[in-house]
Amino acid sequence: MTPLGIYVHVPFCASRCGYCDFNTYTAQELGPGVDRAGFHEHLIAEIDLAAGALGPREVSTVFIGGGTPTLLGADPLVGILDAIRRHFPLAPDAEITTEANPDSVDREMLDTLRAGGVTRISFGMQSAAPHVLAVLERTHTPGMAREVAGWARESGFEHINIDLIYGTPGETDDDLRASLDEVLAADVDHVSAYALIVEDGTALGRRVARGEVPAPDDDVCADRYVIIDDTLPAAGMPWYEISNWARPGAECRHNLGYWRNADWWGIGPGAHSHRSGERWWNVKHPTRYAASVAQGVSPRDDGETLTREQRATEELMLGVRTREGVLLADARHDAEALVRDGLLDPHAFAEGRAVLTRRGRLLTNQVVRALTRD
Amino acid sequence: MIRNFCIIAHIDHGKSTLADRMLQATGVVDERSMRAQYLDRMDIERERGITIKSQAVRLPYRADDGVSYVLNLIDTPGHVDFTYEVSRSLAACEGAVLLVDAAQGIEAQTLANLYLALENDLTIIPVLNKIDLPAAQPEKYAAELAHIIGCSPADILKVSAKTGEGVHALLEEIVHLIPPPVGNADAPARALIFDSVYDTYRGVVTYVRVVDGRIASRERITMMSTGAVHELLEVGVISPEPKPADGLGVGEVGYLITGVKDVRQSRVGDTVTAAQRGATDALGGYQDPKPMVFSGLYPIDGSDYPELRDALDRLKLNDAALVYEPETSLALGFGFRCGFLGLLHMEIVRERLEREHNLDLISTAPNVIYRVMRDDGQELVVTNPSEFPNQKVAKIFEPIVKATIILPSEFVGTVMELCQQRRGTLLGMDYLSEERVELRYTLPLAEIVFDFFDQLKSRTRGYASLDYELTGEQDADLVKVDILLHGDPVDAFSAIVHREKAMAYGTMMTAKLKELIPRQQFEVPIQAAIGSRVITRETIRAMRKDVLAKCYGGDITRKRKLLEKQKEGKKRMKMVGKVEVPQEAFIAALSTTEVKK
Repeated sequence: MTPLGIYVHVPFCASRCGYCDFNTYTAQELGPGVDRAGFHEHLIAEIDLAAGALGPREVSTVFIGGGTPTLLGADPLVGILDAIRRHFPLAPDAEITTEANPDSVDREMLDTLRAGGVTRISFGMQSAAPHVLAVLERTHTPGMAREVAGWARESGFEHINIDLIYGTPGETDDDLRASLDEVLAADVDHVSAYALIVEDGTALGRRVARGEVPAPDDDVCADRYVIIDDTLPAAGMPWYEISNWARPGAECRHNLGYWRNADWWGIGPGAHSHRSGERWWNVKHPTRYAASVAQGVSPRDDGETLTREQRATEELMLGVRTREGVLLADARHDAEALVRDGLLDPHAFAEGRAVLTRRGRLLTNQVVRALTRD
Repeated sequence: MIRNFCIIAHIDHGKSTLADRMLQATGVVDERSMRAQYLDRMDIERERGITIKSQAVRLPYRADDGVSYVLNLIDTPGHVDFTYEVSRSLAACEGAVLLVDAAQGIEAQTLANLYLALENDLTIIPVLNKIDLPAAQPEKYAAELAHIIGCSPADILKVSAKTGEGVHALLEEIVHLIPPPVGNADAPARALIFDSVYDTYRGVVTYVRVVDGRIASRERITMMSTGAVHELLEVGVISPEPKPADGLGVGEVGYLITGVKDVRQSRVGDTVTAAQRGATDALGGYQDPKPMVFSGLYPIDGSDYPELRDALDRLKLNDAALVYEPETSLALGFGFRCGFLGLLHMEIVRERLEREHNLDLISTAPNVIYRVMRDDGQELVVTNPSEFPNQKVAKIFEPIVKATIILPSEFVGTVMELCQQRRGTLLGMDYLSEERVELRYTLPLAEIVFDFFDQLKSRTRGYASLDYELTGEQDADLVKVDILLHGDPVDAFSAIVHREKAMAYGTMMTAKLKELIPRQQFEVPIQAAIGSRVITRETIRAMRKDVLAKCYGGDITRKRKLLEKQKEGKKRMKMVGKVEVPQEAFIAALSTTEVKK
């Protein structure tokens, strides 16, 4: 049996960041009918339902994301883990991650989470530059990330990640370098760095549309990517996915499950699931979600059964993002052209695999389109 | 007691309304069945039988002198491209009513048709219409008309086709001033074809004016230009419904039906005679229609190609001047190279294809017909930039036109400037009145097929009118400008232009394409070149980033669907060498230079 991952979505935030279009709600946005306090009970109720559908199967990773999971408090989070343990055999070396905002944790909470079985923690630092954090409407202050990473290390977490966002309007190359210095000073073993995407329907999207702030520039983002991809490997963290760098052995196994097209079960409002070529997702709004699980009914909203061709497309599109790449089956001819254009690694190609070069990582969509040609 | 006449008028100067009044005044349409623009609307409203427009209508008229006359009102196409058709309609008449809006004055096309009528020795009856309008200035425009024709302002009739005022007086003038037709009733039959219309139910309906002899039903007839013999299935007159008759005699106007299915077998200007003991000499003036303006027509959706072919085949049945042949463009796919009489003809065809056949089309920049003398003495006719020789040529000849522009005098400066830019030579200039000027220019046809008319209208706030006729050719320093994408020429953008304008064309196209073509993995130079010499260059910088930063569990379905959509979109991409160009880019680049409606 392939390893199973469980994702738990906590749809709450203290405040809405200007760039964020995730399925998350502040206290004001949430509306009546559902409460943040006690929401973990609904999540646990869905875990109970899922266990019935899934049967006993070893769980190798758990990822609690959001939103801001730590807003629920440490004990409810541990309660969720306990519920998972009740129903599923957890692998002895299971990776259990939770996301956290630097300004939503303290030492005590970290100790409780670690004691409750969380092995990995991911902090959303985004940037060390105050004016960048202001554009992103983040509430924490520079320096906090380094501090909380230190606490987490003292609490005994096995792995610590810091998230960065680059290409924010107003950010300079030096701002990014300063952020990277901060990350290295925090001495974490994993970094995720994402080019800012301005989504429609976000506050930042409206500001860009009105011309108040410029849209992120692709060429600038490419330059920044190069800075990141020069800095982190030099500090012992090579890339293992387009936007992820880690010390060897510190790669996020849960996320690798997504890119390797493994099975996972999503718990929580709007959470997506995948099991052997079938994808489905839950209703998005916490109120509807809570009402559904309270009645013992699956909160599934909709789904799709993938065709063979769609599965192949997904396997390529996901797998090629990773450093191990994908096996080249019948796309050798197209791959050859990509090697020539400097998008695919020639050594890997010689071994029958498609592995992106740095240039290829920046132009991944082109590679995927070329390799999925009819 | 026959009087054959036509009405020469600018669009909207009231020709149809005047025809309505004549139908009523002569009693061929009673009050109850009368409706506005009776003749024009007939073809739309009738679902069966012959679809007639107002090609020719027979009006029995009892004049004040007590004599019964037969008036034949013959329609003339009013368009600048159809000078030849107009001249054949005029040749079927002895007189013409020159109808001018009393609030507008004469327009260039009317003036051109007037000159044609005078060349055909027609009796002209000048008439000012719309005298009921508050804005009418009959005295002023009577003076203008009198100046043009060389008559006294007092000779100009003043009518209101709308109220009927003056229409009776006009009919009396037609009877008294226009001479009766003269012909030899005993000679072999000769009839002039002045129009030929395809009808779904009856096949081609041919309109003729009998000059000599008699065309009798159940006879066999010969088309003298081709010698083709046809059985006459029906002969008749239109009054205003088609009415079969035994035959048509000298001076009479009517229709013939032979069962042929294509107007090319019954051509305007041709002479019809009896198959047995027919005439030996045709009536003069027959010409094959000759296309002068060429353009590629392509369906925007490539799968519409068969529909486009069928639609052209059907249009051709009713349009003897339309020519086309299949053409393949790297950029635009499968389409047709089409030849038209002129700009207007091109617009009409395109509009009918789009409207009546529901097609979305893109047309390449129109070009004219060139005669190229090569160094080795060989001569070459070029209707498409792709046929333009790459090696050095001795001489290139381009068609030229005589253009007549009538405009308010305040705009003379700006219009002269425009004509100057378009390589025009001023032939003359006349003040028709204090405020109105007639300008005559020689212009290369190529210079007016682009956007000349739009420019003229915008520079004169819509007041200028234009007419042109081909007058010959001149040798000119012309070059072919190619547009190269990453070193590969894009056929749809090649153009034959004057050497002095090559740079302007190149700069315009390269700048436009730079905006329209998305960035590629590599840097893409866009060049304009004459032969192997690059005259201008733009660069599309290489795309450096095309990647989705985040792709986790919840992103996968959305991302795959986006990918599937992009793959679908990729089918609309054309490859020019290594460069992927969305078809929309080609369309956008061409549509701003195309002739506007």
